[in-house]
Parts: sequence; structure tokens; C-alpha cells
Amino acid sequence: MMTSARNFSVLPGFGLSLGYTIVYLSIIVLIPLTAVFIRTAELSFVEFWNVVTAPRVLASYKISFGASLAAAAINSIFGLMLAWVLVRYSFPGKRIVDALIDLPFALPTAVAGIALTSLYVHNGWLGQYIEGIFGIKVAFAPLGVLVALVFIGLPFVVRTVQPILEDIETELEEAAASLGARRWQTFRYVVLPILLPALLTGFALAFARAVGEYGSVIFIAGNIPFVSEITPLMIITKLEQYDYTGATAIAVVMLVVSFLLLLVINGLQVWAGKRTGRNR
Amino acid sequence: MSGGVATWGAAPTAPQSVWRRETRFERNIATSEPRWVKALILIVSLSFFSIFIFLPLVAVFVEALRKGVEVYWQAIVDPEALSALRLTLIAAAVSVPLNLIFGIAAAWAIAKFEFRGKQLLITFIDLPFSISPVIVGLIYVLVFGANGWLGEWLIEHDIKIIFAVPGIVLATIFVTFPFVARELIPLMQAQGKEEEEAAVVLGAKGWQTFWYVTLPNIKWGLLYGVILCNARAMGEFGAVSVVSGHIRGLTNTLPLHVEILYNEYNFAAAFAVASLLALLALVTLVVKTFVEHRVHRQLTIGK
Repeated sequence: MMTSARNFSVLPGFGLSLGYTIVYLSIIVLIPLTAVFIRTAELSFVEFWNVVTAPRVLASYKISFGASLAAAAINSIFGLMLAWVLVRYSFPGKRIVDALIDLPFALPTAVAGIALTSLYVHNGWLGQYIEGIFGIKVAFAPLGVLVALVFIGLPFVVRTVQPILEDIETELEEAAASLGARRWQTFRYVVLPILLPALLTGFALAFARAVGEYGSVIFIAGNIPFVSEITPLMIITKLEQYDYTGATAIAVVMLVVSFLLLLVINGLQVWAGKRTGRNR
Repeated sequence: MSGGVATWGAAPTAPQSVWRRETRFERNIATSEPRWVKALILIVSLSFFSIFIFLPLVAVFVEALRKGVEVYWQAIVDPEALSALRLTLIAAAVSVPLNLIFGIAAAWAIAKFEFRGKQLLITFIDLPFSISPVIVGLIYVLVFGANGWLGEWLIEHDIKIIFAVPGIVLATIFVTFPFVARELIPLMQAQGKEEEEAAVVLGAKGWQTFWYVTLPNIKWGLLYGVILCNARAMGEFGAVSVVSGHIRGLTNTLPLHVEILYNEYNFAAAFAVASLLALLALVTLVVKTFVEHRVHRQLTIGK
């Protein structure tokens, strides 16, 4: 607002609060984080490349990124439907459903992991039907990874789409309807374009979380090399063999992916803000 | 908010029960779907919710009580479970207040002042959310581990951080780092700084301004951040697992204890301990829902 007041404020505590923020941030996050990159610099590029493209590690990227993409896609579809239902429809128990959507944020990942496993093992509540009738193995197979990642990613999509959906003015849809649009056309050409940035942000957030997820996955995955091993588990495996540089090299790959995703998410949020005027 | 309901195609309103109030969209022909479409969307989305969210929650409690109340109780009062509980409480008791102080300091600097690099600082504060918990554990091993940066110095001075309680606390601080800050920053930005400026101009000291003007305005947002921070602190698994070393009775937190019991095929005990954490999650959600309502009201009244 007042550009002349930038360097002067009557409020106290600027130096103290900013100084403390930067020191604490550096000690807890930034300095330890540089350790990963400095440690990796000890490797020559060829050594680094050999570690991060070893066949078993490559297989783990396929599982991690493939399952994360699939889980984020599934969550985008059903998350949008759940957000829609929570904003637009009334049904008994709605407030309970709304509150429980955040369960994956609040429930410790280890608890989620063993609970999902117990549901999908061959004699579990769901597993006995899926395996008995369709002959599909979920627990201790790649599908198990997908199930765990769907669980932990769902609230990201619902909670990014929900507020945008709440803010949409009904006038737009009324105009579309009065101009003769069918309900489906109104959704496809009026509502969906407004929701798209939020939906993509939710997708990216769910994907980013899924790629790094460890606790809920390792119980249900079975962790079979080349089949259902995720990349974070490869880091643990290397650490248990005291191969610190190997673990660090894989961590660098994951960190670079995370930072790129963070950039994408920031970009999407700016776009979403412009679209809906929420960044004021 | 909008007066769209009355202007176009308002359907006649039927008498409504208290627990099933129609939304403004349902009362408007232009914003409602054909009955069968609505039914289909409701059935599909709620089935998905039941299978992926509700069923796992129910499974925790059913599995926990499968072998009866006696086994359940024994698993919880087991000395190793109690020491795991103690360590979990310690980790939360240290990390939550530290991140609370940090959150207030960061939000004060960011919301009340203008400076260069503010956006970069906010991005850095959010950073821990986008880093895999396993990598969080790894970076502390690289710094404090036996052959890490400070390894030799720590061994000389006989200080243990990795495979000990300090490492667990550090990892917990890292993963819960942004919770309070990211809740307070947008809230305090939305509230502006006029009230604090008025207080200072009228002669209030810095801490008085904070205590009597700022704090009442942010108390619900603060509580919201603290609840989420606490839930994650008590439930963290990946990061803590890397630095703990899994020494039973010494460096096991509750989630790690669950893992050990489960891997020993002691399922009833694993789920019994897990049910404590699930209860914590449910309490968190209840308090969160309540507080969310208050935060929302405070923001709308503020405007």
C-alpha cells in the first residue's frame, strides 16, 4: 500500500522476529539439507549415475512414480466428486464425512499401513472377495502400493477443490441454463474450467506426497525387489547396509523431483489465484 | 452470500429436517442435476469414501479388540508400550512449543513488515512438507551420525544424537516445522496491522501489543496449527524410524512400537497400540472441526 513506509514501521520486533526465523530455519532445515548435496559431491558423476540408475533402483522409480501418478489421477476423479457432494448436496451424516476426509492427515501412517493391510490380505474384509472372486492380489503386490497412496492423497484434492467450488457464483450456471445449455454442458464448459487450476493443484499435491510416502506403503507393499519396492525404501535399504553415499545419491534424485514439483505447485497456485481472484 | 436463489428458478422449498438442510444449489433448478445423476454421484463418491477412509478406521478398532478386552489392555500397559508412549509425549512436548514460537516469530515478521525475499522465505518454511520423511531422517544421520559432519566431535564429547532421543526429537521438529507458521501467516496477513499500530501509538509496549491485541485475534488459528502439529508429532513414522535405531524400551515411539509388534505377528497388540493413535487422530479431527468453525467466523467478522 504505502511504499514510502517500507523501511519504517511503528511496530517493534522486526529484527528479532525475522532474525529468529532465519536462524531457526537454517539450523533445523537448510543447513542439514545441504549435507545431502555435499555428501553426494564426494561421488564422481559416473559413480553417481551408476547408483541412481542401478536396475533395482530404476524399478523402484517405476513403482513409486507410476503408482503415485495413478493414485493422484484416481484421487482427482473421486476427490472432485466428494468435494462436489460435500458442497452441493445434502445427505445424512454429511458433517461427519466432511470431518473424516482429513483422517489421512491425522492418522499416523504406520496405523494406516497396518489397517489397509488387514483389509486387503487374502482373508481380510475386502481381500477375500477381491482375491476370491477376481483372483487379484492387492496386499503384498504393486496394487497394495496404489491403495495406500490413494488413501494418503485423497484429502489434498478434496481440500483444494472444495473452497473454490463453494465460491462459484450460481449466476454463471443460471446464465448457461437460461441460454439453453444442458446440465452436462454447463459442467463441462462453465464449472470445470473454473475448477481446473485447483484440481491440478490437488493432483500435484497428492502426487508430491505420494512419491515421498513411506510409512503406510511398506506394510502393504510386501517390498519385493523389482516388483513392489518404492524409492524411499531403497534409501532405507542402502542405509541399513551402511552405504551412506548410495542412500544420499538416491535422496538427491528424490529431492530434485520434489523441488521441481514444488515449483509446479507454486505456479499452479498463482494461476488458480488469478483465475478466481482469491489471491487478493 | 449471493442472492441467486431468489432471482432465478427458485424451486418451492419443502419443509426441512434439522439434520438434512438443503444446500442453496439444490434449491436452484439451474444448479442441480437430474435426480438419477445426483443419486449416482452420491453413491459412487460415498462408496469410495467408505472403502478408502471409513473402513480402515473401523478395521483398526475391530482388529484391536478381536482377542478381547484383556489382551487389549495387556498390550497397552506393557512396559515397552508405556515407554514408547513416554517417548512420543516427550517428542511432542519439545517439538510443538519450539515450532509454536517459531511460527509466531515467522508470522509476525512476514505479516506485519515488508522486506525483500519474503516469498522465498515462505517457500523455505513450506519446504519440510515436500521432503520425504525418509530423507529427513537421512539428513540428520549425515550431520550427526558416527561418520557424519559432527560425528567425531560428538563421539569425543560422548554425546549421542542418532539412535537416541535427541535425534528423534530433531526429526520430529523437522517434519512438524511448518504447521503453526503456515496457519498463522495467512491469518495475520488478512488481519493487517492497523490494530497493533494503534496500540503502539497509544503507548503500549511491544509485548503488551502482542499479548492484548494480536494474541486474541489469532488464538483460534494458533490452536488449529498446534493441533495439527501435535498430531503429526505423535504420529511421525518414517523420519523417526531412520534415526531411532529401534532400541526397545529406549528409542521406540508409539508408531515404531506398532511396527515392531506387527512384524512379530503380534497383530492384536499392534492394533491395540495403533488404536490409541487412531483415537488421537479422531480427537484431533473433532477439535479441528470445532476450531475451523471459529477461525472462519473470526475472519468473516474481521471483514
